[in-house]
Amino acid sequence: MILTVNHVSRYRYDLPVRSVVQSHRLTPSRHEGQRSLDWQVRVSDGLSGGAYRDGAGDWVQAYSVPGPVSEISVEVVGRVEVTDMSGVLRGHRETIAPEAYLRATNATRADVALADLAASAGQGTDPLNRAHSLSAAVADAIAYRPGATHAHTTAAEALELGEGVCQDHAHALIAVARVAGMAARYVSGYLFSDAAGDPHEAAHAWAEVYVTGLGWVGFDPANRCCPDDRYIRLGSGFDARDAAPIRGIARGAGNESLDVTVAIGAAQQ
Amino acid sequence: MLSRTAENLYWIARYMERAETTARFLEVGGRIALLPSAGGAGNMSEWNSLLRASGTEAGFAHKYGDPVQRNVESYFFFDRDNPSSVASCITAARENARIVRTALTTQMWDALNTAFHELRDWDRMERSELDMAQLTDWTLRHTAMLRGAIEATHLRNDGYDFLNLGYFLERADSTARLLDVKYYVLLPQIDYVGSGLDNYQWSTLLRALSAHRAFHWAYGGDVTAAKIAHFLILNQQCPRSLLTSVTAATTHLERLARGYGASGKAQARVRALLGELAELSVEDVFDEGLHEFLTRFIRDVAAVGAEVQGTYLIGDMR
Amino acid sequence: MTDAFFNEMFQSGRVRPPYAQLEGWTERMPASLRSLKQAEAEALFRRIGITFAVYGEGGDPDRLIPFDMFPRVFAHDEWRKLERGIKQRARALNAFLVDVYGRGEIVRAGRIPSRLVYLNEAYEKAAAGFVPPRGVYSHVVGIDLVRTGPDEFFVLEDNCRTPSGVSYMLENREIMMRMFPDLFRGNRIEPVDRYPQALRRTLASVAPQKCDRDPTIVILTPGHFNSAYYEHSFLADLMGVELVEGQDLFVEGEFVWMRTTRGPKRVDVIYRRLDDAFIDPLCFRPDSLLGVPGLMDVYRSGGVSIASAPGAGVADDKAIYCYVPEMIRFYLGEEPILKNVPTWQCANPDDLGHVLDNIADLVVKEVHGSGGYGMLVGPKSTKAQIAAFADKLRANPGNYIAQPTLALSTCPSFVDEGIAPRHVDLRPYCLVGERVELVPGGLTRVALTEGSLVVNSSQGGGVKDTWVLAE
Repeated sequence: MILTVNHVSRYRYDLPVRSVVQSHRLTPSRHEGQRSLDWQVRVSDGLSGGAYRDGAGDWVQAYSVPGPVSEISVEVVGRVEVTDMSGVLRGHRETIAPEAYLRATNATRADVALADLAASAGQGTDPLNRAHSLSAAVADAIAYRPGATHAHTTAAEALELGEGVCQDHAHALIAVARVAGMAARYVSGYLFSDAAGDPHEAAHAWAEVYVTGLGWVGFDPANRCCPDDRYIRLGSGFDARDAAPIRGIARGAGNESLDVTVAIGAAQQ
Repeated sequence: MLSRTAENLYWIARYMERAETTARFLEVGGRIALLPSAGGAGNMSEWNSLLRASGTEAGFAHKYGDPVQRNVESYFFFDRDNPSSVASCITAARENARIVRTALTTQMWDALNTAFHELRDWDRMERSELDMAQLTDWTLRHTAMLRGAIEATHLRNDGYDFLNLGYFLERADSTARLLDVKYYVLLPQIDYVGSGLDNYQWSTLLRALSAHRAFHWAYGGDVTAAKIAHFLILNQQCPRSLLTSVTAATTHLERLARGYGASGKAQARVRALLGELAELSVEDVFDEGLHEFLTRFIRDVAAVGAEVQGTYLIGDMR
Repeated sequence: MTDAFFNEMFQSGRVRPPYAQLEGWTERMPASLRSLKQAEAEALFRRIGITFAVYGEGGDPDRLIPFDMFPRVFAHDEWRKLERGIKQRARALNAFLVDVYGRGEIVRAGRIPSRLVYLNEAYEKAAAGFVPPRGVYSHVVGIDLVRTGPDEFFVLEDNCRTPSGVSYMLENREIMMRMFPDLFRGNRIEPVDRYPQALRRTLASVAPQKCDRDPTIVILTPGHFNSAYYEHSFLADLMGVELVEGQDLFVEGEFVWMRTTRGPKRVDVIYRRLDDAFIDPLCFRPDSLLGVPGLMDVYRSGGVSIASAPGAGVADDKAIYCYVPEMIRFYLGEEPILKNVPTWQCANPDDLGHVLDNIADLVVKEVHGSGGYGMLVGPKSTKAQIAAFADKLRANPGNYIAQPTLALSTCPSFVDEGIAPRHVDLRPYCLVGERVELVPGGLTRVALTEGSLVVNSSQGGGVKDTWVLAE
């Protein structure tokens, strides 16, 4: 399938800021399940900075915007050919050892409830089945409800609440996988939903669990599936902050507001 | 030069100039307290107007209430709550110096560091054992030592210009403020020239500026409003006059512009200010109103300072 | 007690050769002259501005580290052997860093447990997949050594991030030369004053890929409230480079710039004296005000070099320390010249048992601790202190390692009663860039309290000039 992406982030500052620096992970990963046909990122008045492939295999591109500036837009337009790999991340080159993802961050630290959840799912099965069970358990334990949580909600908080969005599902799955001794990480990307599907969360997030013998395998508890040809993978990290497609810092006293629109469509073959 | 280094140098100079001004206040206050008051009961007190002149009246009143000499002395010299106290200024100057230790010559650092350590020794002594005259002498000696060390040892580079900009912008501001505090004494009297202003307050002012004797040498005869205004605003020989200070600030900004091969808003502003002062007569000042003139001048000097800050010290310049 | 320890000057009542010229030196010095000299030294230190604020202790930021005028001396040959051992170690540590941020061969080969590396707090994911210029992560390696006998040296720990104290090495020498020129006329002592230029050369040699000119080098300091600020400004001055704070730098386009009175100036190499967590709020701690937003992206794309490279700390962790001899064998194919102190990993249940049984004879340290804090010196502690520490140890064994109490050598030192032996250690500073270099000398720290084995300046230790005699 060929997916089209149009993703615009507009940052506004109530007072002009002296400068803005951003770091983008906005380029589709290179692996057997996806291939960029064309892809463009435009930053209004932005100077493009250094670019490199990091240890996790993500393409990072820096931008800076000299001030004074009161509005910045980041526009992503492109087409990606996507193939269903049943979630398996194959042909993705990266240097970081999977063990490095066994560490907890604030967002993914397991408390007693998460540990219990991990213990309740798929004990004694092989790693792949265990991962599927854990993903299903997270989906059961945290109902999808936008607005129930916020950007800094942790996995433990989301589980206690029993509600959340894809970010919370991914954090919770990372936490329980780690309890089960499996390395796991946060993935950010896009999700296409056709008319039949739920059109929510076009800017999407899920988790990858490292399964020995198979490598990294994606799980999307929010949609109770593994990423297929509706998913575009951008980058990964320990948690949502670490894997953010756009990180930025403005220098100045102005308050920032952000407005995001994402449209994912299916192009004719 | 790193913008922050320039900023530190600029503030070393401003703080040391401020310490000196504060010490002069102390000296004058102490002296006047030795004179009998005109009313007959006890001796005179000029502490109130000195607090006002130094801009620390509110802070003092908040902490101590009535201006008792002992408290004022303490407030002017030792009090860390008073940002203009000699102790605060020397400490701040030395901290700025410590940050840019390596941009200073050994002699400059010695002058500041020694002052700082001796200050700590003063701090440890019983206040009752301290002689105010000694403290003010000490301050003037150390500010002069730093000034001398700069003149004798600092390279004539951009750092030298930033130091001097600090000195002269601070000095222009403090002379103008001192004069402004007394403007009401001068104001109505422009008309009866010749009657003389045999007013102790003027001696106070001149003494505060170390200009008492210089004034008499330069003008002779009675003290008049016009003479004083001329001396402190327009006399090029007076080391603390507004014109002298602005001339020096201009010189150093021009040097920076030449050295960097770029002239900007700071130069334009200071040139305009200097141009105006150079054309000015005492009559013009009194026509405008002394207070109005000084208010405008203080604002103009601050604007030059802001341009220096924006152009060189913040480092956003392209 | 003196006999239990190796005295570097006296052995069996005889003066060891390197100290020959110092025999009688103190006797020839009348007490009045001695106190005069001591006062002079203190005045010099204060005047230069070398003071030391103990991190986190508050108190007087202008406190001086006590300077002991009695020098510590190495014979030429003793030093050559140490030098070989130190350089060997510095090379192996750097090879390790390049490896674990790359393919991790040493882990794959099963020579170091994977979790010690990849779950180490100091392992930076953001550094993975990048080889810094010339494959150097740690450009200044400080190796703490102690001596227990004529030929016995042990490495206590490695410092791969930003070892401090080198300014004392330089200033101690300056002051000794100024106060006792005769000693230097009478001895052939290798100079140390080329260190700043050697450091500058080292840093210039690791200029980034995109640098096509004489590199601009800066030292990045956390600021003037930092306890090592004096050292930062001192080094910047001697190297002839700017000392900057985070606020003086900014990222624009592909490079890092510093704010100057003439406008922005490009920076090529940053010798940073602040921790990884603070260098780039965009990449690491978002609340850091000390760093430069966007710095890591410039670094990773070859626009600037950072020394030590982000992530270098994973090599100097106390748990990794045990494996340094293994690294030397693995990467260099050599046998280690310098020995490690036998170390028990409390994370290991057998080791923990041994440590708890023998705790009164051991030194127990936190894996990530430094500066002599959070450690227990068994033989110097009370029963209550030991019991309290054992509780902490049981609660979190993985946080601790233990070592035998070493019989640290002593060196004559000036004390109130005259001259007496005091325990010393040594920190040399090895430079790694295009070449691996070691200035002949280092910082000797001395525990001025009688019998004390803790030499940290934060715990009342002092410093000495360290001499290496020329051939």
